Amino acid sequence: MAELRTEELTINMGPQHPSTHGVLRLVLTLNGEIVTNVKPVLGYLHRCFEKHAEAMTYPQVIPYTDRMDYLNSMSNELAYVLAVEKLLGIEIPERVEYIRVIMAELQRIASHLVAIGTYGNDAGAFTPFLYCFMDREKVLELFEMVCGARLLYNYIWVGGLSHDITPEFITKTKEFIKYFRPRIKQVNNLLSYNKIFIERTANIGMLPQDVAVNAGVSGPTLRGSGVKYDLRKEDPYSIYNKFDFDVCVGTGEYGTVGDCWNRYIVRAYEMEQSLRIIEQALDSIPEGDVHSAVPKRVKPVAGESYVRTESPKGELGYYIISDGSLNPYRVKARSTSFCNLSVINQISRGHMIADVVMILGSFDIVLGCIDR
Amino acid sequence: MENIFTQWFGDNLLTYILIPVPIIAYVSVFALYAVLAERKISAWMQNRIGPNRTDKFGLLQTILDAVKLMQKELILPSRRDNLYFRMAPYIVFTAAFMGYAVLPFSSVFIGVDLNLGLFYFFAITSIGVVGVLMAGWASNNKYSLFGGMRTVAQIVSYEIPTALSAIVVVMLAGTLSMQKFALIQSGGIFNWYIFGGPGSPIKIIIIPIMVVSAVLLFLSTLAETNRTPFDLTEADSELVAGVHIEYSGMMFAMFFFAEYAQMFAVSGIVTTLFLGGWQSPFGELIPFLNTPVFQVFWFLAKGLSLVFVQIWLRWTLPRVRIDQLMTMCWKFFIPIALVNLFLIGLYIIFA
Repeated sequence: MAELRTEELTINMGPQHPSTHGVLRLVLTLNGEIVTNVKPVLGYLHRCFEKHAEAMTYPQVIPYTDRMDYLNSMSNELAYVLAVEKLLGIEIPERVEYIRVIMAELQRIASHLVAIGTYGNDAGAFTPFLYCFMDREKVLELFEMVCGARLLYNYIWVGGLSHDITPEFITKTKEFIKYFRPRIKQVNNLLSYNKIFIERTANIGMLPQDVAVNAGVSGPTLRGSGVKYDLRKEDPYSIYNKFDFDVCVGTGEYGTVGDCWNRYIVRAYEMEQSLRIIEQALDSIPEGDVHSAVPKRVKPVAGESYVRTESPKGELGYYIISDGSLNPYRVKARSTSFCNLSVINQISRGHMIADVVMILGSFDIVLGCIDR
Repeated sequence: MENIFTQWFGDNLLTYILIPVPIIAYVSVFALYAVLAERKISAWMQNRIGPNRTDKFGLLQTILDAVKLMQKELILPSRRDNLYFRMAPYIVFTAAFMGYAVLPFSSVFIGVDLNLGLFYFFAITSIGVVGVLMAGWASNNKYSLFGGMRTVAQIVSYEIPTALSAIVVVMLAGTLSMQKFALIQSGGIFNWYIFGGPGSPIKIIIIPIMVVSAVLLFLSTLAETNRTPFDLTEADSELVAGVHIEYSGMMFAMFFFAEYAQMFAVSGIVTTLFLGGWQSPFGELIPFLNTPVFQVFWFLAKGLSLVFVQIWLRWTLPRVRIDQLMTMCWKFFIPIALVNLFLIGLYIIFA
């Protein structure tokens, strides 16, 4: 009998696929169930954010930053606004800084909840997904209370905030912290320490430290590889140096440091730390006016600035060049998900098709941030 | 034991046409309401409300869904293998349904009491694999093909532990007839095979073996019906919908229907083999509860409880990976089943 011909199978995962977290397309080359090559194809959600920004005044860009990584709009706004404020060189009231930190950390919790929930969904566990979204809903309600919007806030303005927070917000946030602490444990018991889930994620998609650092990977993805690097500690922006919190890294409790499980669990740990920061900020928030430093016209002198922040997904930076006019000359966003995604080919080779889904989920990418 | 229909109508053709009627009616109603139950139970587990727009508690939901699916256009992939593509859903459904022929619903009602009933059941439900493979191949879709190939590997592997754990009971009972399995386990809950079956008190030593066998059988049949955590055929996060991907309208409904029909069929097998079939748990203490009508109640109650466990597992556990699934089968389930078989053999010889 003539020898049977075998060949590698090329399969398109996406752009319409339930677990590519948006409109990412992965061209997988498969040898049976084993992945030999992964080629991400981007651009299905490209909205010309950077070019658009050149045609608008500085404050007008803020709503566009919301739409970049739509799961953590507050952090996007914060990074952009900090960059503009650096250009302007204005002094920000203490109260504004505190509220910004509270919002950014609440947003971190919301973003991590989506990451954990959808990761469970990728693994086939649908129930934790809804539990996480239920809790995220509480965070969104808090946001709704301060700025009326639930997803795209336009809350952090250059020099201040659109609205001040109310005493009711503070009590509600304290209630939320009290409610949420045990809920983290509940989700951990349901998903993180589930035997099948650990089997699915431990020792899958090993990302060695040197590869991670060389590729510019950041955020929980980098910390999952055991690198203790958090911009809130390394290069404190806003008033993060006033708070006491730990930088969580993958511990290798299950699997090896650098695998999917460790990348995942960093997020669960970080939510706890965010609660600590919020508690401290709520206790020491000073009185003041949030509008006092908002300039009438944002017209920085010619120059450039770069501000990098620790967004929930990693290092988010804005590089702004000003030519002295009302519009920025150039805005460049250093997108977290884009850099994190760049290692996918390297670490998913040799794994199975089901593992690619888990590896992709462990990066917690958002296509709005990748394509901009 | 005579079938009640044979008693009523005599041994003629009409009887054999009538016997499947209540079974078909039951399977249809069960499948419709199992879908609703699954949605309601999952909603309850996830703090949601679930379907509640159609009638009270969404009672009409699945019926209306089915009506909707019937009205849908059948969208056929242009490069399909026409014959296989159209045949597959019917094969899957028929195979799932034919298993019901040997389920003893009551001491006076069983489709047909074959003396090789259990063997027949395993044989006939395996035909469903052919349908799934056909669907995977004929869709001309890479995801479907993956789903189809996975299913074949999975079901063929899991048939071995299923059969091996069932044989434990066959050895003790000395029969393959489904009705006899149920008859032997008369006399209350402690005479069920999960508690060692009827016999002298020395049977206590085999209770652990029987419990392990029952759990093995339940898990292996779960894998055979492709339910989470073993639903690699569908694996919605990897293969989108697996073999169902190109099917629409009523053809899809057939697959769906078959899955739910199979859920109860395998529960029926576990019930008959280990949980006393239609026997009342009170045995002779309350003879009234062991009358034929109540027997149907007991059988359904036990079967539906197992279906509930299936649904419960589905909404709790993540999915396993294909190689882990195989490892579990070949490295854990089969050796454990073989050891059980060996120990039961020793017990039969020496006790």
